[in-house]
Amino acid sequence: MSYETFNVDVDSDGVALVTIDLPGKSMNVWNAELMKEFSQWVDSFCADDGIKGAVITSGKSSGFLAGADLNMLGGGGAGGMVSASGKEKFEAAFALNAMLRKLETGGHPAKALLNGQAHAKPVAAAVNGLALGGGLELVLACHHRVVADNPKIQLGVPEVQVGLLPGGGGTQRLPRLAGLQNAAMLATQGRPIDPNTAKGQGIIQDVVPADDVVAKAKEWVKANPKVTQPWDKKGFKYPGGAGPMNPGAVQFHVASNAMAQRETSHNYPAVQYILSCFYEGSVVPFDTAIRIESKYFLKLLSSAQTRNMIRTLFINKQAAEKGEQRPEGVPPTEIKKVGVLGAGMMGAGIAYVTAKGGMQVVLLDRDIEYAKKGKAYSQGIVEKGVSRGKVTKEKGDELLARITPTTDYNDLKDVDLIIEAVFEDPDVKADVIKRTEAVIGQDVIFASNTSTLPITGLAKHSERPDQFIGIHFFSPVDKMPLVEIIPGEQSGDRSLATALDYVGKIKKTPIVVKDTRGFYTNRVVPPYINESMLLVTEGVKAALIENAAKSLGMPVGPLALCDETSQELGLRIAKATAKETGQDPTNEPVYQLLLKFVEDLGRKGRKSGGGFYDYPEGGKKHLWPGLTEYFPLADEQPSLEDVKERLLYAQLIPAAHCFAEGIVSDPQSADLGAIFGWGFAPWTGGPMSHIDTIGVDEFVRKAESLAQKYGPRFNPPNHFREMAKTGETLYKSAA
Amino acid sequence: MTEAYIYDAVRTPRGKGKPDGSLHEVTPVQLATQVLEAVRDRNEIDAGEIEDVAFGCVSPVGEQGAVVTRTAILNAGYPQTTSGIQVNRFCASGLEAVNIAAAKVKAGEADLTIGGGVESMSRVPMGSDGGAWPTDPSTAFKTYFVPQGISADLIATKYGFSRDDVDAYAVESQKRAARSWSENRFAKSIMPVKDVIGETVLDHDETVRAETDMQSLGALNPSFAMLGENFGFDAVALQKYAEIEKINHVHHAGNSSGIVDGAAAVLIGNEDIGKKLGLKPRARIRAMASIGSEPTIMLTGPEFAAKKALARAGMDKKDIDLWELNEAFASVVLRFMQALDIDHSDINVNGGAIAMGHPLGATGAMIFGTMVDELERSGKETALITLCIGAGMGTATIIERV
Repeated sequence: MSYETFNVDVDSDGVALVTIDLPGKSMNVWNAELMKEFSQWVDSFCADDGIKGAVITSGKSSGFLAGADLNMLGGGGAGGMVSASGKEKFEAAFALNAMLRKLETGGHPAKALLNGQAHAKPVAAAVNGLALGGGLELVLACHHRVVADNPKIQLGVPEVQVGLLPGGGGTQRLPRLAGLQNAAMLATQGRPIDPNTAKGQGIIQDVVPADDVVAKAKEWVKANPKVTQPWDKKGFKYPGGAGPMNPGAVQFHVASNAMAQRETSHNYPAVQYILSCFYEGSVVPFDTAIRIESKYFLKLLSSAQTRNMIRTLFINKQAAEKGEQRPEGVPPTEIKKVGVLGAGMMGAGIAYVTAKGGMQVVLLDRDIEYAKKGKAYSQGIVEKGVSRGKVTKEKGDELLARITPTTDYNDLKDVDLIIEAVFEDPDVKADVIKRTEAVIGQDVIFASNTSTLPITGLAKHSERPDQFIGIHFFSPVDKMPLVEIIPGEQSGDRSLATALDYVGKIKKTPIVVKDTRGFYTNRVVPPYINESMLLVTEGVKAALIENAAKSLGMPVGPLALCDETSQELGLRIAKATAKETGQDPTNEPVYQLLLKFVEDLGRKGRKSGGGFYDYPEGGKKHLWPGLTEYFPLADEQPSLEDVKERLLYAQLIPAAHCFAEGIVSDPQSADLGAIFGWGFAPWTGGPMSHIDTIGVDEFVRKAESLAQKYGPRFNPPNHFREMAKTGETLYKSAA
Repeated sequence: MTEAYIYDAVRTPRGKGKPDGSLHEVTPVQLATQVLEAVRDRNEIDAGEIEDVAFGCVSPVGEQGAVVTRTAILNAGYPQTTSGIQVNRFCASGLEAVNIAAAKVKAGEADLTIGGGVESMSRVPMGSDGGAWPTDPSTAFKTYFVPQGISADLIATKYGFSRDDVDAYAVESQKRAARSWSENRFAKSIMPVKDVIGETVLDHDETVRAETDMQSLGALNPSFAMLGENFGFDAVALQKYAEIEKINHVHHAGNSSGIVDGAAAVLIGNEDIGKKLGLKPRARIRAMASIGSEPTIMLTGPEFAAKKALARAGMDKKDIDLWELNEAFASVVLRFMQALDIDHSDINVNGGAIAMGHPLGATGAMIFGTMVDELERSGKETALITLCIGAGMGTATIIERV
């Protein structure tokens, strides 16, 4: 029998070499075809007495097997079987487990294996590249695991990162091989390990030169004609012990439960369910344990949260990074050399990520000392990376060698792209644009990293406004994953395509946004921080505000965020806005708060006198105890849920406005921008996904009730009111 | 309803709950056996009159397993007709066992019963019985489980008790316990523990340290800071108590209850059985109550249990002359005093578990006996006995001298 998704080659000793090689795919994944065919092969393998054993490997140089096809899971799979019964859904979720279990038992009942009345045929994995998720789970179900000696090979179960758990026996085989502690690190954090670490933990048995993996695996198969997995033998014990009466295991469970709650704030059920699979699975026979795992897997797979996470954090993120918004028909631009104008904090960061992306960088500033200082920023990051073993000295040196600090505009003459990050002053920018365009090639795209000035306005200073575009980075550039791309009124397709090609090279996530003040993220974050300051002025405990945000899933509290961006900047913006709108801010509580902080108290922000927090040298920051002196606590404190809701809607409403006004053209971009731009609770899949999940009508109702209580800023956009009436959803498959 | 009278109360001294503690060589069944023998022998009654015995035990596994109460009944030479039950309501098990024994009398199910408890913490360490609550992710997450020490520190943080406050309370507890011993205030109840050759191995509470002062306590490091910060428990507590920025870890070995071994028994019956056996009633049960409270802060239950018991007795807190709250942690008592506005001079007048220790399953019955003795000694009328309980519960009993 022949298969489409893999090749089976039986040698003269009766050992089958199964080489998985999905046609037309760059990487092997568990998709419907492979599932179907592999299952057929397992059946025939168990039934055919002529076959003595098997080695499973991959025909792809890209890796062994990268896990389940999330497009399949996200789009349908067991989660999409809306009309199926619970039992049918379970059987679908259990399919991978059932197949892998048959492979490792040879189809024999566990009792027969336990008594030694039956044995499985030996199956070895010859792992020649990364094995993740369901890929590693296939490896674990083999009796012997040989991996190529290459520290870059990733072995792991990253399912938790999209709200899932390893549902192909991973939560059961990993702790039985590596112990509860090691398995929990792998499965609850989702970070992969290298082959030697995996060997040290007992997850694999052998690390050999890449060319020998198949031979070594075969050798083992031939030497071990009758095999049984350790957990199918009598007297099996978990390394380190397990079970609710084992003191070490109890300590592990109690501590991991608490640490998981600390890390997830109860927002990620996948982490809890993984720990439940460990706990519940450790006291029952293996066949029961994998059924328990599949039940928890199904619970996650059928949840809106997991669908949202898969869609935003995986499918849409990848699509954006692959240039989904790239205009058609523009050939890929080759970007070898980039001119970065201005070596301040942003310019220095942009130079680093550009050099890291393999491009040459001309880092220009007025003063050579500034330019060198800008390069020194990269040096700092590289040195830290080398000392932590994250990058080799050699690679680090190469990166630094790609950055050339200069003051001479002539050095820009052969660049392929300009990114301008000079002072946010239209006159300064105008001058820089002119001087640059005088030397660069006629067809070079000029990008501005402005965060406050309209691109269309800046483009007026350009001779070639069709080649002028905004590429907005976030600070710190090397850490923040999002980039906003802002076409001006006259920006041409080629400028957008080039910007996206560049962002692809630096491996960041792009969204395309409309040229309006603040673009997208800076339209949403200020109202959110304002709401937190307003809560302070109302006498709400600062700790409650900060903890409410963390409980929502925000990485830091809004008051801490305000300290970072600084009260000083907040006040400056408030004053500028007042000037622009002509509205007197004197009576606005947040304005008064900022005035008090900046002008009376000298608490201008983290770097200047502290803010809502004190920052003791060498110690941890803590809330400033003097706050209640100036903003006395209210006798009645709101509930945690109330504060959470206000902080959530203070982000949802402006994000909805941005969508309604077309600042972000689609819910995908709005969601990506929120999560990767300002850390909006990733468990929601983003604000638009969240609105769909709670229901647009419910969102509108809640927003209106908040508006009644707290003010019109909470009113939902009319567009959403209309959607609520017609029952329209943001995503087409939101139901 | 039938009145339940207290005819006697005995307890062992409390031995340090470590391998070098005096009671470590004595099995928990022996501790239970000896208090049962004492109740029978010093009242000179036929044990056959005792119909049922309820004993608290918090780690009922190993040699405390298999209904340790029944084993001790048979071991004490009671007739086979006396039944036994083992009760677990965590730290209030001993008081709950007394309440069950009293309830059987009140309900007319039995005429004469014993309530009490036993715990050899040196031989069957705390936590030996495992349990789903903190271990099973589904329950640990749902309840925001944190260990009791974190809860005690959370109480101190939330209700504003400083390290000095809790230490000062502990110093006073030691002082009161030492005074009680020097004035023989426990003499009526204390029953020295004998070894297998009949020699006394312990006749006094072993962990009392009269010399404790603020300075000596000040030298101790907080016990739960590491646990809270490194293992995530502080964060879990703050997820529920979000108005708090940081938990102030104030408790340590010197202001928390000691780990000890011991047993206690209380003889309870109706009026007629007393007359029949020539026993003199010493006090009567006015009310009993148990409640559930918020499980993460866990140890604030006594306030609500006390209020419920007062309401059931139709009493006001002003009607209570003496208060006894188990000193699980100093902050638990300080919070109780704050919540009910109780003067320190009216509560735990003879010291408590910070000085003398907390043999989990037995403590409730021990402090119950302490109050019976103290009402008689001081000539006062009423006492309320209560304990904080794991997983957020409280049990309280009101007694009145007769």
